[in-house]
Amino acid sequence: MFKFWQKAMALMVGLATSLPLFAQEKAAMADLMRSNGKIYIVVAVCLTILIGLFLYVTSIDRKISRLEKENKNQS
Amino acid sequence: MVQKSWWKILSFVLLVYTIVAGFLLEVPRLFILNETIRNLYFHVCMWFAMMILFGVSFFYSIKYLRGFHYRNDVFASSFAAVGSLFGVLGYLTGVLWVSVTWVTDQGQSLASVLKEPKLIGAAIALLIYGAYFVLRGSFTDIDKRARISAVYNIFAFAMLFPSIWIIPRLVGSLHPGAPGSDSGNPALDRNDMDAGMRMVFYPAVIGWTLIGIWIATLKIRVALLKDKILMHV
Repeated sequence: MFKFWQKAMALMVGLATSLPLFAQEKAAMADLMRSNGKIYIVVAVCLTILIGLFLYVTSIDRKISRLEKENKNQS
Repeated sequence: MVQKSWWKILSFVLLVYTIVAGFLLEVPRLFILNETIRNLYFHVCMWFAMMILFGVSFFYSIKYLRGFHYRNDVFASSFAAVGSLFGVLGYLTGVLWVSVTWVTDQGQSLASVLKEPKLIGAAIALLIYGAYFVLRGSFTDIDKRARISAVYNIFAFAMLFPSIWIIPRLVGSLHPGAPGSDSGNPALDRNDMDAGMRMVFYPAVIGWTLIGIWIATLKIRVALLKDKILMHV
């Protein structure tokens, strides 16, 4: 019986000491940024740039369409 | 208007999805790559879009040589121009990615990064396309320019495959996909990319390609308008 408890204790101590090792083996990610919500700022910045880019391309597209129409009417 | 430009809206929707899902969804926790694995939605997509745009350019060059319609030459050169832009963006983003994953985390020296076959190959491929525009610019005769640059464009597209796909995989490379890097096919290996990443990656490729095509069509329309005005003057 004593032997069983000895084994069980050894196992528990072993597990407890190896737990931080398991944690260290996990690859580091930007978990803090996700937990405090700052990642949403990054998403918002990128979306702003994307929307600006698309608005610009759309405005060029419209300008060319207008020029094409004018050109068609002239000739 | 919506019926004609549905793909432009699709491009916008897919890219918004790429940014939102690309930054917020879970990705595999991998050493060295860490959070930079999300670059897959941007850096790798640049090269995919470039390949597709160069492919379209190649198609129009062949079409030009079959009928010698001037329109096809304008199409080919515009798609090649936007493809080169995506290639340069892919190269620059790759340089940034290299600076953390190869140099900082793997401790590679600058010398080994400079000898990197994937980088050299990509640089050669982009320089070949650069020469395409130099060649185009050196002609004053429109027909001669169109004819010779169409033939050169076929050569340039053919050179893409050995320089960026084949040679870096034959010799050792730090880039995923080379022998010894145990990561198989770049961006498409199931060890690197799980099902969740694919859900973002493929829409991202389509979105970036569509905006490339959109910009190319704008270039084409401007070029055709210019020619039309010149002919009337």
